[in-house]
Amino acid sequence: MSSLSRDEVAKLAALARIEMTEAELLELSSQFGMILDAVARVQEVDLSGVKATSHPQPLENVARPDVVAPSLSPEAALSGAPAQEESRFQVPQILGEAE
Amino acid sequence: MALSYDDVVAKYEPVLGLEVHVELNTKSKMFCSCATEFGAAPNTQTCPVCLALPGALPVVNEKAIESTILIGLALNCKIAPYSRFARKNYFYPDMPKNFQISQYDEPICFDGYVDVEIETEDGPKQFRIEIERVHMEEDTGKSLHVGGATGRIHGADYSLLDYNRAGIPLVEIVTKIVPGTGKYAPEVAKAYVAELRDILRGLKVSDVKMEQGSLRCDANVSLKPIGSDVLGTRSETKNVNSLRSVERAIRGEMIRHAELLNAGQKVKQETRHFQEDTGLTRSGRSKEQAEDYRYFPDPDLVPVTPDAAWIEQLRAGLPERPSVRRKRLQQEWNVPDKEMAAMINADVLDIVEETVSLGADPTKARSWWLGEISRIANEKDLPVAELSIKPVDVAELVSLVSKGELTDKLARQVVEGVIAGEGTPAEVVAQRGIKVVNDDGALMAAIEKVCAEQAETAEKVRGGHLPAAGALIGAVMKETKGQADAARVRELLLKHLGQG
Ligand SMILES: [Zn+2]
Repeated sequence: MSSLSRDEVAKLAALARIEMTEAELLELSSQFGMILDAVARVQEVDLSGVKATSHPQPLENVARPDVVAPSLSPEAALSGAPAQEESRFQVPQILGEAE
Repeated sequence: MALSYDDVVAKYEPVLGLEVHVELNTKSKMFCSCATEFGAAPNTQTCPVCLALPGALPVVNEKAIESTILIGLALNCKIAPYSRFARKNYFYPDMPKNFQISQYDEPICFDGYVDVEIETEDGPKQFRIEIERVHMEEDTGKSLHVGGATGRIHGADYSLLDYNRAGIPLVEIVTKIVPGTGKYAPEVAKAYVAELRDILRGLKVSDVKMEQGSLRCDANVSLKPIGSDVLGTRSETKNVNSLRSVERAIRGEMIRHAELLNAGQKVKQETRHFQEDTGLTRSGRSKEQAEDYRYFPDPDLVPVTPDAAWIEQLRAGLPERPSVRRKRLQQEWNVPDKEMAAMINADVLDIVEETVSLGADPTKARSWWLGEISRIANEKDLPVAELSIKPVDVAELVSLVSKGELTDKLARQVVEGVIAGEGTPAEVVAQRGIKVVNDDGALMAAIEKVCAEQAETAEKVRGGHLPAAGALIGAVMKETKGQADAARVRELLLKHLGQG
């Protein structure tokens, strides 16, 4: 049976900015294992010559003309923002950890 | 110890890689119908799609696809018959979706090249810059960092986001590594970005204003000892927002790397930020842990499969290549090589062409833009194009001079007036009361006065010693406050002294 280590799950959680308890990390590492097993079965089939699928419908080239339509008002755009200032979204200090 | 650039290139070989981001000039955004105007009030050009509200779905802008294919064709790329959009996942408040729609392993254009020519000690030399890929993506929002050291991320208390720019179509043009440029690496990089800018301008797909950020360059630089096959560690310098900065940033990074290597230290693989004021770079994000963007095909956007006939139609409509155009203009205007290089270097080719198209003589147009106007621009530390004097003004000026209504000297005063915002040349002439004294009577009075004052010199001229006339002409010009036409003064003076 495949598995994802606890540390790998912790890394994924960090990348996705999801806070997880130790118990959740362990629980998910075994659940991911089951998912990986299911996917592994597909890898047993000979798929050479089959293009990776990203869309279930055979649609291509869906585009729109370059025409401007009205935008939201700044008030509407900002209406869901927890904090704002000068018509801008206010967010906590960026990259405190890295810069 | 500070190394000289010559020391660096005597020992090391630079390897370049350049990533250029171009904002397309479509009317609407890449995946939604919001407007793309530069400088609009904050958050007035947003909608559920570019704000990533739940349930919103992106639809690609067909004009952006066309523009990207045009760019690929102009850069001699192959156009992919099948390409997809991918999500580049990262958390940063400038992207409200928490991913950027980009392209990953299936870029729409790939394997192209651009040839650039630079002046070397051995004359002009051509370098081929190979293009790895040209792909479509979307621009990010703009952050304003408040508190701490204002404007800087470090020490900011919080940040303010304007999403007007989020979702503006962006094209990324990535070179393969560029080896073999030696000590000319900075010039080659600058020439490449300039050539790209000219190509894009010719295609009319972007405003290509580096100072407004519609053309941005990231420069990857590494050094290896001359003769070695092992690539050194590279740094990636961001925020390089002028042609001159491209050159300065690369030169500065080469010196910085060499100093580290000479001291037995390692170059860190990291992002660095170019500082316009000092010309140096400062350390940014460390890339010691490779970024993990977890790209995957965007399920909301279907594949792009451009029709081969359409591609050929676009190829057939490509404009004249900038290098070809330059050769043509040089011939049409009969410009010596050195002057041509000066015009390209001063970035006045477009402006001179426009002036000529308004009826000005090419040589006169060129000498105004390259001479007096460039001198004032240098003084003000501004690009020529940002001065308030326009091609139509210079065309008018050339015409006034050729009609004898202005002397070159007076015309320089007019240039000064136009640049100072006093209006068109005719308005400056009227307001400043500038006029050529072409009333022969007034000139004769001045000539007679000067000849009387400098009788000895006048006598020499009368005796056939013509070089002595210069001093008299100068005195007459002074007498008429520079408003006389020197050629006419000379004519009248020589006649007066029996030499006409
Ligand atoms: Zn929008």
